[in-house]
Amino acid sequence: MAPLLQVRGLSRRFGGLTAVNAFDMKVAEGEFVSLIGPNGAGKTTTFNLISGLDRADAGEAWFDGRRVDQLSAERIAALGVARTFQHGRVFGNLSVLDNVLVGAHTRFNAVRPWGGPVAELALALWRPRSVREDYAAREQEAKAILARFGDRLTPRLDHPAHTLSYANRRRIEIARALALKPRLLLLDEPTAGMNPTETAEMETLIGELKREGLSIVLIEHKLDMVMRLSDRVYVLDDGRRIAAGRPAQVRNDPAVIEAYLGPRAASPRAEAAE
Amino acid sequence: MNSFIDYTINGLVVGNIYALLAVGLALIFGVANLINFAHGSVYTIGAYVGCAAITFLRTPLPLTILVVAVPCGALGALIERVALRPLQGRARIAPLLATIGLSFVLDQLVQLVASPNPRALPADLPDWRLNVGGGSIGPMDLLIAGVGLASAGLLYGFLRFTKLGYAVRATAQDRDAARQMGVNVDAVNSAVFAIASALGGVSGLLVGMYYNHIDPTMSFQATLKGVVAVVIGGVGNVPGAIVGSLLLGLTESYGVALFGTTYRNLFAFALLILFLVLLPNGLFGGRKAVEAEPLTGTFIAPSRALRAPAWLIAAAALAAFALPFGWPSPYLLQTLTNAWLAGLLALSLTLVAGTAGQMSFGHAGLLAIGGYASALLATDWGVSPLVSVPVAGALTSVIGTALVFPAFRLRGHYIAIATLAIGEIVGLVILNWESLTHGAMGVSGIPPLSAFGFEATSARAVYWLTLAALVAFALLQARLSSSHIGRTLRALRDDEVAARAHGVEVARYKALAFGFAGFGAGISGAISAHLYTYLNNQTFDSQLSLLAVTMATLGGMGNILGAILGALALVGLPEAFRFAAEYRILIYGLVLLALVRFRPQGLLGTA
Repeated sequence: MAPLLQVRGLSRRFGGLTAVNAFDMKVAEGEFVSLIGPNGAGKTTTFNLISGLDRADAGEAWFDGRRVDQLSAERIAALGVARTFQHGRVFGNLSVLDNVLVGAHTRFNAVRPWGGPVAELALALWRPRSVREDYAAREQEAKAILARFGDRLTPRLDHPAHTLSYANRRRIEIARALALKPRLLLLDEPTAGMNPTETAEMETLIGELKREGLSIVLIEHKLDMVMRLSDRVYVLDDGRRIAAGRPAQVRNDPAVIEAYLGPRAASPRAEAAE
Repeated sequence: MNSFIDYTINGLVVGNIYALLAVGLALIFGVANLINFAHGSVYTIGAYVGCAAITFLRTPLPLTILVVAVPCGALGALIERVALRPLQGRARIAPLLATIGLSFVLDQLVQLVASPNPRALPADLPDWRLNVGGGSIGPMDLLIAGVGLASAGLLYGFLRFTKLGYAVRATAQDRDAARQMGVNVDAVNSAVFAIASALGGVSGLLVGMYYNHIDPTMSFQATLKGVVAVVIGGVGNVPGAIVGSLLLGLTESYGVALFGTTYRNLFAFALLILFLVLLPNGLFGGRKAVEAEPLTGTFIAPSRALRAPAWLIAAAALAAFALPFGWPSPYLLQTLTNAWLAGLLALSLTLVAGTAGQMSFGHAGLLAIGGYASALLATDWGVSPLVSVPVAGALTSVIGTALVFPAFRLRGHYIAIATLAIGEIVGLVILNWESLTHGAMGVSGIPPLSAFGFEATSARAVYWLTLAALVAFALLQARLSSSHIGRTLRALRDDEVAARAHGVEVARYKALAFGFAGFGAGISGAISAHLYTYLNNQTFDSQLSLLAVTMATLGGMGNILGAILGALALVGLPEAFRFAAEYRILIYGLVLLALVRFRPQGLLGTA
C-alpha cells in the first residue's frame, strides 16, 4: 500500500542557507512518526513545505497518492492535512469556540455550496435549514473536541483566545487542528513552554489520538515522550536526514548523539583509539 | 526634441522636491515603522512660514530657508513627543491614525490662520536662463537641485559619520536591540522627526516658489507623492526614496508631456499600484520590508464589544423613523439624512477594515463609482432611479472588488496605501474619461429619487428612504457578521497564515467582504447623487475616505452599531450645532487624536 505521506528529495534554501536538504520521509496510514533534531535543523521548515505555506526549491511531496508540493496551503488543508504552529498562532480576538470552528472550515459543507462566493453569501444571509443544521453539527463537534482537554477549555468557550494562558492557547491550536478531522496531523512542539504536569496531560491526549488510528507527525524536543509515542523517528541536522528508524535504533545511533551532544560524547571509542 | 529636454529637466526638478519630502518619510518609517500622514501638513506650513517671512520681513533666500527649517523641525519634534510617543506599544494602527488626525488639525489651522484662498509666493531670483542642449535651466531649477543635493549630502554625512546618525541606523535596523545597547531610542525618534520635518518644510517653500502658488489643500497631495516615492524606492530606504522621487518626477513629467496635466497624478498612482503589486519591496528594499509587517491581527486594537440590548436598538430605530412627525424641521432632517448616508459608508468600511482587517483609505472611491453609475444611468441612459440605484450598488460591488483584487496579498500599512491610491485613481479616471463621465464638468441635472411616478423630493421622504436603506443594510451586515463568513473574516484578520492552514481561501473571503461592502457604499453614493443633483470628480474625495476611517474608528472597528453612531456623531453633530460647521475638520482631527490616545477600541469596542 502506498504511504499516506511521501516526501522525496525535498529542499528549501534561504539565500546561502539550505534549511532542508534533499529530505526523504514516509508516513504510513495510522503511523506515528517524529521529527527530531537540534534547533535550526529544518524541522519546522519541513512542516511549512508539507502544509503548503512555503514552496520547496526541489523535491516532491505526495499525500494520499496526489502530488501536493505545488498546491496552496488551503488546498492541502482541504485534502485533510492539519497542523499546529511552533509558537502558537491562535486567532487572538476570536472566542475559543470560534477558533475551533474556523478549524472546521473545510467541513462546513452546506455553508459552502458550489456556485461560488455569491451563493455562499446568499446562504449565510438566508440560512435555510440545511445551513442551520450544518452550524449546529459543527458546533457540537467542536464542543466534543474541546471536552477532550478536560475542564481546561470547556469553561472558557466564549473567552477571547488572547486572554487564555500560553498552555491553553497551545491546546486551542490542537483542538482547532482536530476540528478539520484530519487524515494527517502535523504537531509542531505541542508541549513547548508547558510544565511537567501539562506535558504529561498532552502526552496522554496525543497517545489517545494515536490509538484512535490518526496518522501523526510530531516535532518535539522532549525525547522521552518521542521515544514512548513514536513508531518511527527521523533525525535532522543542518537540514539533512542523519538517521531514521525505530526509536530504540535511533537512540543509540552515534550520528544522533553527536548531533545532540557534540562529537566527543558520540565517539568515545574513536577517542580511545587515538 | 527641445521640449524633451525641458520635460526631463522639469521632471528632475520636481523629483528633487519630492525627494526632500520622501527622504523624511523614509527616515521616519525606518525608525518608527510608521507612514507619517502629517508630513504633507508640515510641508504646507513650511510654505506658509516662508511666504510670511518673504512678504512681511523681506528675508533673503538663505535666511528664509533657515526661518522655514527651524520651526518646521521643532514642529516635527513636537509631533513626535506629544502625539506619537505616548502611543508606543499600542496597536500598529494607532500612530497611523494619529498622524491622520494631526494632518486634519494642522491643515485646518493653516486655513484658519491664512485663509483658504491660494497665495502667490514670489521667488526673488535673477531673471536669466541657461540654454542646455535645446532646453533651458533657470536659477530656480539650480536652486532646487542645489538644495536637494546639499541636503542629501548633509544627510549622508550625518547618518554615516555622526554618533546620532549611527544610532538612527541602529534603531532603524532593530529598535529593541538598539535600546538594549543603550541607544536612547526616544531621542533618535525626536531627531529623525525634526530632520524629516525641516526637510519637508523646505520642500514646501521650494514648491511654493517654483509654482509661485501655495494653498492649504496642497498638503494631502504632497503626502501622497512622498508615499509613492518611498514605496518605489523601498519603504524605509533613504537612497531608495531619492531614486524613487526622481523616477516619479520624470514619469509625471513625461506623462504630462504626452497626455496633459490632468494625467499627472494618474501616472503617479498607477506607478504606485504597479510597484505594490509587482515589487512591493520597491527597487532597493530587501525582503525584510514586507516580512517586518505584523500580522493584521495586531494592527487593530483588541477589545470586547459592548452589547446594547435588542429592545434598545429597536426603540432607537423606531424613534428615528418617528422623528419627522415630532420634529419636522427640514434642516434637521437634511442633516440626519447626510448622517444616514455617511452611516452606510461607515458600515461598509467597518466591515472591510474592522471585521476583515483590510484597512481601506480609499473608500470614497466606492461612493464615486456608485454615484456616477446611478447618475449616468439616470441622465444619459434615461433609466429610472428605482433601477439605477440598485444597479449602481451591484456595479460598485463588482468594480470595487476587481480594483482591490490585485492588492489582496498586501497587509497592514501596504493595503492602506494601495486602497488610498485606488481611491485617488477612481477620481482621476472620472476626471479624464470625458466621453463617459463628462470630465471636469461633472454630471448635472440628476433626477430626484422616484418610483412608480412618485418623486421623493420632500425632506421627509428622503429622510425615511435613507434611514430605511441604512437599517436594512445594518441588519444584513449583522446577519453576515454572525455567520460562518463573519467568523472566517475575523479569523483571517487575526492571522492569515493560520487561516490558510485550515483551508480558508483568503482571496475569496476578502473578495466577499469587499463585494458586500462595495454594494452598501455604492448605494450610499447613488442615493447621494440623486439628492445632490450634481456630481463631479471631487464630490467624493480622499478627505471623505479618511472621514470614513474616523467614523469607523470612533464607533469601534468592525462594530455595526458603532459605525452608525460614529457617522451620527461626526456628520450629524457638527452640522446640528451650526457654529461648529466651519471647524468641522479640526474637530474630526481632534476626535481622532483623542480616540487613539484614550480609547483606541472606539466607543463601543472592536467587534
